[in-house]
Amino acid sequence: MTPSRVRWHLGRVLSRQFETEAAIRLELDVPTWPGNVAGAHLDIRLTAPDGYQASRSYSLASSGESTRVVLVIQELPGGEVSPFLVRQLAEGEEVEVQGPLGRFFVWIPAEPEQSPVQLIAGGSGVVPLFSMASAREREPKGADFRLLYSVRSPRDEFFADELAELSRTIVEIVHTRESAPGAGRPPRRLTREALAASTFPASLSPRIFVCGPTPFVEAVAGWLVELGHDPAQIRTERFGGSP
Amino acid sequence: MGVINGGFGGRHGSSDPRLPPGQTHVYDWPVLSTGPTPNVDEGRWSFTITTEDEVTHRWNWGELQEVGVEDVVTDIHCVTHWSKLDMAWRGVPMDRLFEDVETSYDYVMVRSYGGYTTNLPLEDLLDGQAWLATEAEGEPLTPEHGGPARLLVPHLYFWKSAKWVRGMEMMPSDDPGFWEQNGYHLRGDPWREERYW
Repeated sequence: MTPSRVRWHLGRVLSRQFETEAAIRLELDVPTWPGNVAGAHLDIRLTAPDGYQASRSYSLASSGESTRVVLVIQELPGGEVSPFLVRQLAEGEEVEVQGPLGRFFVWIPAEPEQSPVQLIAGGSGVVPLFSMASAREREPKGADFRLLYSVRSPRDEFFADELAELSRTIVEIVHTRESAPGAGRPPRRLTREALAASTFPASLSPRIFVCGPTPFVEAVAGWLVELGHDPAQIRTERFGGSP
Repeated sequence: MGVINGGFGGRHGSSDPRLPPGQTHVYDWPVLSTGPTPNVDEGRWSFTITTEDEVTHRWNWGELQEVGVEDVVTDIHCVTHWSKLDMAWRGVPMDRLFEDVETSYDYVMVRSYGGYTTNLPLEDLLDGQAWLATEAEGEPLTPEHGGPARLLVPHLYFWKSAKWVRGMEMMPSDDPGFWEQNGYHLRGDPWREERYW
């Protein structure tokens, strides 16, 4: 897929389904959407009746040629746009979207690839990485994939069913606050040692994609460098701030 | 396109006239970087400007301080839709660093520790519009925000304000830098919403 010029599109909500208590899965029909690579994102622009507008960026959970795009949006308490998208935006309603955006934090199956691909997600940062694992799933041949997904509790997991069904990506989920009943191990925060044990070693020179809240990505990317990974092989996408 | 989202009220936090279109006022300071944060020691830090005659102007950390810093209060605008208003910065004006630089080229490629690049017209770096910043909000720049030194070009989207900056190379044409090769606008004026191409 060659990069297409970014433009505004009109999307209509085909379905909305709670992914967790505080996150919505939105499927949009965007007739003019040119398709997107895995890992890409888009901007949503909302317009209030008085003309006031607000825009935000969201990662796409879907990829490929389809004009149906899937987003999973986490509600940010006190946020301006996400509470409307999660709680109010109705099936059949239209929104303006701009995209597809992003050509760096992406995985393109056609690229010849010798080294394995390691995905590392913190919380809702799993969305673009799920998109990459799904794209890999559609290819009969390709690089080895692993996903390490750090999330507060089983109730907070995105794509729980889909992740369990992936056959071409090894998935490991770390619960940081609350374990699954009968899991046999307590919740734990990710450490450098746990990271090393659950990811491809530096000796395999994996390409690495890390996405999550800023402190998570800072910690993980720093550990990866300490573990001997080449910084040039590590691509990051962060959200949220530092004080 | 004229879509109205009936149930959307919005906070109208974007009504401040200092906010360019499509921007929202934030109070924290989001971090955006393409890879791991490089650790750049002030002891091994240097900044260079290289011209078409292969003349290199170089400053180490101590020499940079001697050039003279100034305080700047300015707004910054990130292409990911947030703006931070009235930030207090301290840095060396790019005008002073270019004082002895002789070039007939009109464009600059900015290079950072860690490999990041971004392109700018020279005129966007001069006339009191740009600084080599070493402090923000009264504190030395932290590594995740580009410390020890980052470029500060507040009238353009903030990806132009390269973190961990280490040098500038004069160029005859406006060749794209990192994000400019990855779908982002060659110049990035937030008031014209020059976000993507």
